[in-house]
Amino acid sequence: MRAHLLPHPLLTVLVTLVFVFLMNEVTPGVVVLGLILGLAIPLLTAPFWPGRPRLKAPLTIVEYALVVLWDIVVSNIEVAKLILFRRGESLRTRYVSVPLDLETPEAIAMLAGTITMTPGTVSADLSADGKALLVHCLDTGDPKATVAAIKARYERRLKRIFE
Amino acid sequence: MHPLVEALVAALILIGAFFLLVGALGLARLPDMMRRLHGPTKATTLGIGALLIASMVYFAAVRGGFSVHELLITLFLFLTAPVSAQMLAKAHILRSGAGRDLPPTGRRAEWATLDDSKPDGT
Repeated sequence: MRAHLLPHPLLTVLVTLVFVFLMNEVTPGVVVLGLILGLAIPLLTAPFWPGRPRLKAPLTIVEYALVVLWDIVVSNIEVAKLILFRRGESLRTRYVSVPLDLETPEAIAMLAGTITMTPGTVSADLSADGKALLVHCLDTGDPKATVAAIKARYERRLKRIFE
Repeated sequence: MHPLVEALVAALILIGAFFLLVGALGLARLPDMMRRLHGPTKATTLGIGALLIASMVYFAAVRGGFSVHELLITLFLFLTAPVSAQMLAKAHILRSGAGRDLPPTGRRAEWATLDDSKPDGT
């Protein structure tokens, strides 16, 4: 019964928080309206999202966010250098295939998003069985090292969070 | 506003503008579609990020309140930018015949864009 009324408890919390942030003020009226939305939206959209992701280690998300933010800053500077000082044709651009250990769709979506947002790599496609990720690298001398870095920095932590 | 805060806001705006410019340059200068995709998806992260931090610092200094709208803009960007980038990449792979150049999946299944089997068959 609880699962019927609250299909995604975390989504409820998230929608409520986002609504309060959108209003930019914390008053009882805003919180109640946010809660109504937070309860109604997961109920209405439940058929589209049958699985229930579990967060095994929620605190790891903080660590993950910090690692990703740091990587974004560092590699933004790297890509800026590439764009400004290298001719486009001289970039060692290539696709790499990253085998996935992650199983949950939410975790894979997070990984794909992270790869795109960290400069130098764009996730382009997923294999039909969901076990490998196609990543486009702007400039890589050592594809194996790139794959290993993605797996060690992001996938390992996501696996701790979700699985 | 304290001159130090003013300098901080100005520096953040300049950093943000610089990275946005580099992102736009990348979009214009890089030679092919997949490489060009790197420009705009990157500029949104550090470029917009620096501008948004500048906005937060400025309004915190001027009005005294803490504004969270900027955090939401970041959140929505991080949600939407990778999705649109992946859609563009998939369309490119499908339409340009770039499928031949892709590395093997290392699995029996093909890359999803090139896979002909029915979606419920997997």
